Amino acid sequence: MAADLPGEFDVVVLGTGLTESVIAAACSRVGQRVLHVDRRSYYAGNWASFTFNGLLSWMEECKQGGQSSAEEATDWGDKLEEGEEALVLSVMDTSITNLEVFCYASEEPEEEEKEADASRHTPAPVQAEGEQDAQSDSPTCPQEVPEGDAPQEGQGQIDGLLQDGAEEAPGKDEEAASPETSQAREVQGEEPSANPSPTEVKKISYAKIVKEGRRFNIDLVSKLLYSRGLLVDLLIKSNVSRYAEFKNVSRILTYRDGKLEQVPCSRADVFGSKQLTMVEKRMLMKFLTFCLDYEEHPEEYLDFTERSFWDFLQTKKLTDNIQHFLLHSIAMVPPETRTGEGLRSTQYFLRSLGRYSNTPFLFPIYGLGEIPQCFCRMCAVFGGTYCLRHSVRCLVLDKESGRCKAVIDTCGQRISCSHFVLEKGYVPEERRKGAACRQISRGVLITDRSLLPSETEQQLSLITVPPLEPGAAAVRITELCSSTMTCMPGTYLVHLTCLASGSAHADLAPVVSRLFTETPGDTGAADAERPAVLWALYFNMRNATVPSTASYDLPANVHVCPGPDGLLGNDHSIRLAEEVFHRIVPDEEFCPPAPNPEDIIFEGVGPQGEGAGIGEPSQGEDAAEAGQEDDVKTEAAKDESLENAGSGEAAGQESGVEAQEAAALPSAPPPTPPTDE
Amino acid sequence: MHGRVKLKSTAQQEEEKRKEKEKKLKIYLTTRDACFNKRKEGVLDEEALQLSQQLLASNPDFATLWNYRREILLYLETVRSEDEVQRLYEEELNFLETCLKMNPKSYGSWHHRGWVSSRLPRPDWARELGLCDRYLYHDDRNFHCWDYRRLVVKMSGVPIEQELQFTDRLIGSNFSNYSSWHYRSTLLPLLAPGSAESSSPQRECSSPTSSPQMHSHRVCEERLLKEYELVQNAFFTDPNDQSAWFYYRWLLGRAEREEMISCVYVSREGERVVVAFSRPVNALSVGFLLVVDGQPLQVDWRSAHSCVRHSPVWICELPPGTISDTSNEHNLTVTWTEKRTHRDCALYSGRAESWCRDSATDLELFRSELSVEKSSVLQSELQSCTQLLELEPQNKWCLLTIILLMRALDPLAYEKETLAHFQILKEVDSMRSSYYSDLCSKFMIENTILKMEYAEVRVFSLCDKSLSTLCHLDQLLLVTHINLSSNQLLRLPPQFAMLQCLEVLQADNNIIEDLEGLRHLPRLEEVSLRNNRLSRLSDLRPLTTCPKLTRLDLRGNPIAQATSIRSELADMLPSATDLLL
Repeated sequence: MAADLPGEFDVVVLGTGLTESVIAAACSRVGQRVLHVDRRSYYAGNWASFTFNGLLSWMEECKQGGQSSAEEATDWGDKLEEGEEALVLSVMDTSITNLEVFCYASEEPEEEEKEADASRHTPAPVQAEGEQDAQSDSPTCPQEVPEGDAPQEGQGQIDGLLQDGAEEAPGKDEEAASPETSQAREVQGEEPSANPSPTEVKKISYAKIVKEGRRFNIDLVSKLLYSRGLLVDLLIKSNVSRYAEFKNVSRILTYRDGKLEQVPCSRADVFGSKQLTMVEKRMLMKFLTFCLDYEEHPEEYLDFTERSFWDFLQTKKLTDNIQHFLLHSIAMVPPETRTGEGLRSTQYFLRSLGRYSNTPFLFPIYGLGEIPQCFCRMCAVFGGTYCLRHSVRCLVLDKESGRCKAVIDTCGQRISCSHFVLEKGYVPEERRKGAACRQISRGVLITDRSLLPSETEQQLSLITVPPLEPGAAAVRITELCSSTMTCMPGTYLVHLTCLASGSAHADLAPVVSRLFTETPGDTGAADAERPAVLWALYFNMRNATVPSTASYDLPANVHVCPGPDGLLGNDHSIRLAEEVFHRIVPDEEFCPPAPNPEDIIFEGVGPQGEGAGIGEPSQGEDAAEAGQEDDVKTEAAKDESLENAGSGEAAGQESGVEAQEAAALPSAPPPTPPTDE
Repeated sequence: MHGRVKLKSTAQQEEEKRKEKEKKLKIYLTTRDACFNKRKEGVLDEEALQLSQQLLASNPDFATLWNYRREILLYLETVRSEDEVQRLYEEELNFLETCLKMNPKSYGSWHHRGWVSSRLPRPDWARELGLCDRYLYHDDRNFHCWDYRRLVVKMSGVPIEQELQFTDRLIGSNFSNYSSWHYRSTLLPLLAPGSAESSSPQRECSSPTSSPQMHSHRVCEERLLKEYELVQNAFFTDPNDQSAWFYYRWLLGRAEREEMISCVYVSREGERVVVAFSRPVNALSVGFLLVVDGQPLQVDWRSAHSCVRHSPVWICELPPGTISDTSNEHNLTVTWTEKRTHRDCALYSGRAESWCRDSATDLELFRSELSVEKSSVLQSELQSCTQLLELEPQNKWCLLTIILLMRALDPLAYEKETLAHFQILKEVDSMRSSYYSDLCSKFMIENTILKMEYAEVRVFSLCDKSLSTLCHLDQLLLVTHINLSSNQLLRLPPQFAMLQCLEVLQADNNIIEDLEGLRHLPRLEEVSLRNNRLSRLSDLRPLTTCPKLTRLDLRGNPIAQATSIRSELADMLPSATDLLL
């Protein structure tokens, strides 16, 4: 139990987002004693990926402001010594706002599903109840009937949801609660009764989505890995890549003149493109070749350093077609961006091409939430201590030096440390300086077909939608197919991201209505061309600005990680992690290659079998939950014969309680890492 | 702290590795010796298969062991039932797959796979084709696999269209791929044979004949136009990639000169017959036959120069008195028996010489490289390339292709532009400037030959054109006067001896230091070699074989400075009375 934690660590990390996890892994790797805690019941914070049902719980949690539990030790006053003062951390997480949910899928029960509750007749869409004040009667969705969104009412915790769904479901939530229960039964029990057949031409109902909910891995942030970005380099260098598997983004699309087109970016794309004339092909290739080493041809762009990238493109004898591709899909910058920045972005994109495929991007199978967990696993392998649903209540500051000497956890235990790393959400409001953060608008859609159907159903697409009207933000879409293990077969998981100007739904609705049909129930044949939205979630997330220590009023040995930013890549987070690491241990190497498992010698601990990493379960529910989670994941992995994903997953996800994982070493065979060419 | 990770030291690791290695080596050597012993004793059993399999699994390039396996398998074939043999060979294929994983470019493994596939009682060609797909997907330049694929395709009769689509896919993912383009060049003529003889070029495209015997090397027009588009996509995307350009050149012109006797020349003086062929041949090994006035004659053929074994020009002297009487008329026929072709030549009474030939202009000889295409197609291809050149004025492949297209369209009309392009080529690709000089010389000579033949003269003049080399000399068989002054010629090569009618040679202001080609020129009278680099008396020795040489101008050569040169020359060339030094 958390109360048994040792009283002294070198580094205490609060929050399991990407930056925090990388810092924890890097410190642990070079021998620092690391305690890594998160008040949430899941890893990765705002970088997390959820099953469909997990997402519903998360939504519920958001409504309660992220306050996990009220019963926390408050009697920490006596832990302070002479000359010390306490700095109380924030318990309210305000990073997620404007949550809205719409359901367009048929509410009809599954035909073959006996246990599905027959009472699901309430019309779509449903809406998250707790959010009613945030968005009240949203006029953008005429069909909206404020109706209890289902399963979460009164069940903030995953365990409650899985265990007690049936009993606790209030009357008005019947429609969702019951399938939820059946899901839980199924997980506890045996194999799923029926695997959905992809050939079946049948509308997918909400019940089906809930039933197959564990096949979803829905990311809170939508990002991709640039093949030559810092994160991929770090994964390779540190050998953390052995814990994850990746898929190539298979195509890049853009929205232009009312339709979607494939963006030719690689040599092979340009060669095969049907939309470009021969001369355009030459001009595009010529410009791209120039961008690859633009620094060596300053004469080409120096006159434009003070002018916009758009102006620069205008002078390059490029057709409208190509200018669009370059600006919106390759550089992915707004037109007013300075020329230097635009060229840099283009170059970054191009350098990542061809390393693993004809697009520059990788996506982790099972979702982005895998990545922080991989680093947590690395941290645990090197002795880091993990504790979820556990937080730090306050910092103990030395009045004289102003440094943080220790922390007091939510059990009231005092833990001394020389460095403390925390996610921005825990920083008390009064200690944050500077202007209000910008927001990201996020949309998550489950759809029934691809935006641009092709020979294969399993396309993983990045779609760039330029501003539909002047002043609006460009919208970035990733469409994930079921082979990414993030959605059930027969569906696509669509992530929309843009810089917020209003609520997420208001920002994204124009794009969604152009690209998709949002009709509840059966869609008419008229719109058969466009994918139908089965279910949609919108929310705003705080956009991490480029961090600097100066913007927080905190001791020098307290390091803040600002959470995910709105960009496509992950470089900011990794760069920050490395900076913080060097502030903590200035003379050590950042994430040197981890040794092979067979070269590791164990001392002190007798040989332990697999799964030994799960500590003494404190509550029956937790154990059950952890077990279930594992089953679900491994099973899913088996389905796709991705043998390794399951075990890696288990290690990251396993416990809601403390888990000293040092012995749960990678007995799993190393998965296919993104090896260097 | 509990469970803190400790690592084995590097020394520990290396020691472990070393031991491991030693152990492996010992096992390997013991097994090899056992295997060799068995073979020596002629044992052909399962155990030998086992042993060699162990060795080959770690070293698939051990050719001797593959041979041994074949011996064993061939023996087992004779003593086992068909089903057992089938199973045996299937196991062999599975084993080979593991070997190929070890080394996907192992000669031994691929060869053995081909052998096994052909021995298999019930071969599964679909599986083999799938294997090729996989290997070529991972490495589209694995020529071992390409070879094996061709074998599989041949054995199992895979439709050509399907193979073509396969190359489409490979080219689509990476068009820098000679293998795929080349494969296309072998498939297309089979799939859509063009009308080689038939006059209608619009022959049915959709009736592919898969007979591999049909080697017309021509492709019907509709298909060709698609190919032009495909390959243009490639070189507009990346004009520096050579593979597409080479394929493009293949597409544009694959005309091969018809094999024929291009000229028969007969001279009463010396009673000589000279025969020119469309390509160099060795008259001593190919059969050809001379018939004079209905009488087959046994004559000794010699090539124009003794050092040239394969020559387009062959010379013979008739038995004395055969045609010496000018009042007689004679009919000659030269038959190239191997090619079933012949050429007649009549020598009328009162004439000292006679010839019969097709001229270069009649044959459009020098346009042959790209001449298969209709000029409208060539014209539009030229436009595309010119467009590309505007975008890429420095691109050598584009420049060169434009030159070739211009030559195919009209060599004389485009002469000026061609020369300008050559100038740029030499600048942008200076490493190959000598190649371009030679190529340009060739084209200039071709143009001059054409001009000469339009003018119906036997005078060839090509001065001050930076010629660096001489070629097409067989086409100059009938020339009597040649002027090559003010070029950059280094030598008069042996082939120069093909100018059997030459009387006057002017080659002033070159850098000639070698006259090897001035040998056995029966009618050569005047040679002017002012301002060249002839420095030794021995360099002039070939001239001693030219019986009629009377005038020799060597002014401005190093040799002219030598003391007593005049007397030495007089000794060496007694007939040359007019010596200018």
